[in-house]
Amino acid sequence: MRGFLLNRLSQSLILLLIVSVIGFVVLNLLPGGPLAQFGLDPGMTQDDLDRLKEQLGLNRPLWMQYLDWAWRLLQGDWGHSFRDGAPVLAVIGRHVFATLLLMGTSTAIAIAIGTWIGIRGATHRYSLFDHVATVGAMVALSIPTFWFGLVGIYIFSLRLGWLPAGNMYTIGDGSVLNYLHHLILPSIVLSLVHVAIWSRYMRTATLDAISQDFVKTARAKGLSERRVIMKHVVGNALLPMITLAGVQLPSILTGALVTETVFTWPGMGRLFLDSLGYSDYPVVMGLLMFSAILVILGNLIADIAVAIVDPRIRLG
Amino acid sequence: MTERSNTKSNYSRRDALRLMAIGGAAGLIAPNLLGKPAFAQNPPASPTGRVVVGFSQEPTVFNPLMPHTECDDAVHFSVFDALVRMDSKGVLQPNLVVEVPSQKNGGISEDGLLWRIRLRDDVRWHDGQPFTAEDVKFTLELITNPKFRAWRTAGHSLVRDLKVVSPTELTWRMEEAFAPYLSFLAETFMVPKHILEKEADPNAAAFNQAPVGTGAFKWAQRIAGDHIELVANADYAGEGPYLERLVFKYIPDMTVLYTQFKSGDIDLVDQAFITADHYGEASKLPDRVVMLERGASVESIYLNLEKPQFKDPAVRQALYAAIDRKAILEGLYYGVHNPTETFMPQNSYYYNPNLPAQEFNIERARQLLDEAGWVPGADGIRVKDGVRLSFANSTTSGNHLREQTQQFLQQTFAEIGVEMTISNLPAAVMWGDFWLKSQFESAISGVTNVIAGDPDVSNRLHTKAIVAKGGKGSNTGQYSNPEVDALLEKGARTFDREERRAIYLRVQEIVRQDLPFLPLFAYANVFGRKEGLEGFEANSNARVASWHAAGWHWKD
Repeated sequence: MRGFLLNRLSQSLILLLIVSVIGFVVLNLLPGGPLAQFGLDPGMTQDDLDRLKEQLGLNRPLWMQYLDWAWRLLQGDWGHSFRDGAPVLAVIGRHVFATLLLMGTSTAIAIAIGTWIGIRGATHRYSLFDHVATVGAMVALSIPTFWFGLVGIYIFSLRLGWLPAGNMYTIGDGSVLNYLHHLILPSIVLSLVHVAIWSRYMRTATLDAISQDFVKTARAKGLSERRVIMKHVVGNALLPMITLAGVQLPSILTGALVTETVFTWPGMGRLFLDSLGYSDYPVVMGLLMFSAILVILGNLIADIAVAIVDPRIRLG
Repeated sequence: MTERSNTKSNYSRRDALRLMAIGGAAGLIAPNLLGKPAFAQNPPASPTGRVVVGFSQEPTVFNPLMPHTECDDAVHFSVFDALVRMDSKGVLQPNLVVEVPSQKNGGISEDGLLWRIRLRDDVRWHDGQPFTAEDVKFTLELITNPKFRAWRTAGHSLVRDLKVVSPTELTWRMEEAFAPYLSFLAETFMVPKHILEKEADPNAAAFNQAPVGTGAFKWAQRIAGDHIELVANADYAGEGPYLERLVFKYIPDMTVLYTQFKSGDIDLVDQAFITADHYGEASKLPDRVVMLERGASVESIYLNLEKPQFKDPAVRQALYAAIDRKAILEGLYYGVHNPTETFMPQNSYYYNPNLPAQEFNIERARQLLDEAGWVPGADGIRVKDGVRLSFANSTTSGNHLREQTQQFLQQTFAEIGVEMTISNLPAAVMWGDFWLKSQFESAISGVTNVIAGDPDVSNRLHTKAIVAKGGKGSNTGQYSNPEVDALLEKGARTFDREERRAIYLRVQEIVRQDLPFLPLFAYANVFGRKEGLEGFEANSNARVASWHAAGWHWKD
């Protein structure tokens, strides 16, 4: 196990290095840069822009800028945002709660409903329920989230007036109920795709488990069908789902770009879009590294979890 | 033309002219006699209620001296004060000073070099400390501190020998006479010395995230990516505030912003305003006041005058004659904006209304080119001395109205034997070196030429402002005319309003004749607010609608 961990950690560090180099170079190759937004300001001269460039260290060669950034990162300094001068980690921290709330809720909905649909679909294969679930999942996967979002806003906010059209809460009303009210529409819209993914995976995993010999043995022993499914099938079918959960874990913290924009949700996805728009390199790089670390961690946790849950898997 | 009778502003061209006349008269008669501007009608005795202002960009820069965009101005105007303030009529009013310094009252010497500023003695910072001349000295010196990441330094770099005479008085000497500096000061907000002097690095000060000012509203909190909340400063030295809370809400999508204005989630639409295509519908909304107000920006086709095809004045005149501005304005821009012949904002005291009006005339355009010797080649495109009358036109990609304008122009230019190709770029690329260092052939851009209402346009039109030729400024079209240069230099040295007016009227005449850029229209902003929100006043001399939230209040 220790060998496995050390091996995975060294691989992860190399991966992070590659991600950071590519991210840094691509970002800085874009012409214009963070000061282009001032180009049309009355009174702003090229001299002012050149001075700012020097103060921000943007006039140095790219490799020097990268080494400086990487060296600071190793010391725990993620840099400061060009936009508001705040430390990058603080900027990211300000948006984590909103994303965690939205993504956490929608993931919980997706896991609960998706798992249930998947198991029921598998145990009632080719039934009407299974067909509807299959078609429903296909629809949910093929239609873009923003479309669902806009339709949801149109029906439930503008037409019926039941739910807010956006925002995380009403300004001046920070009650839990108010947050929940605002959470309903975006979390349902966001969970649609995830329900589809979870139900498909769960259905396949359940079918796999049903065909195993130990299930046949359990049935032969005269256990009730319900007991067979709950005890022997579901437990085993959940194993591959741990990997899926590990892969999905980073998205809970990095946010949903489209949904956050449609619902004016102040989360990480929108922070990423805004920071790109302003060429706020330190924040974009911070977000890139943050999500890369999460992806690596998510996979690592999934691998370890599977190893712990299923002793048949031996890790070298 | 969009039907305007439904608007509650009762806006008309005649009204605008009347307003300008009143503004001009007020400028002559009452620059320093008005005292507090009477913005509010029947305001409440103590601050009550809350206003939510919607922005399509997020305010993120709260130190007003650091590089920022328009939306940040809203926070700055509410939390901080400047020495003077440019009101909606283009007249400078005292803000932190007792009186606006002038040559008449001895605040500025006859040669324009020595300045004496007298401050109010009743102003306090939000933390209770008194505001003094030391703060002004600290602010002006911080801007030119090479270690500080200051926004623009124009004007400030001319200040020498800053001396604090007493807590309410200070003096300085200007390196050269520079009349626009008074207006520049209207956009220079004072920051507290007692807080910032303790910081080792003012660029990373805690103050930058939680500012302390002298303004009508105090900083309360910021929910990043969502909104900023300010609360009334009960000890404010000036007029107001009448609101208990002021909220700046960030809604990145323009359609969602407008939807939330419709649904009542936001009370007022600020910078970015309501888009022209929503104007018709917005003006019919119940319980909403929608106003069309002249802005400071002018949309023009900028020509890079160093390109051989644009050096010939006949080509510029022919292109101008070949633009069907009426069709563009009414067909594409819903009749919201106004035709103009100059770079000067139309409600400026310095606007020249007597310039010859552009006339769309394809025949005249052809004739001009024929007379100048531009002969159609084998492919129908005109040629003279080996130069083809062909050029690329660039603007921000994704701006569909500008793109449609380009396609329309492309067709009409082709009718006079001119080839225009379209080559658009993302905003972050377009307004970088490509624009500033004159790498474009022609460009469509909406440009604000004046700072805080001052008519000085040296930065845009003086030969010394051509960066591509080693100058300092943003004369990106590379316009150069010795007579204009001389007039601009004289204008910057002249403090008398009337004398300056004559100078800038003449500058506009010459520029209209030279046509270094081809004006398409002057922007009008569509302001929208909830009915009952009073004390609101549009001000084309400020970049945001929330320039004077101190005067806002809800009707009883």
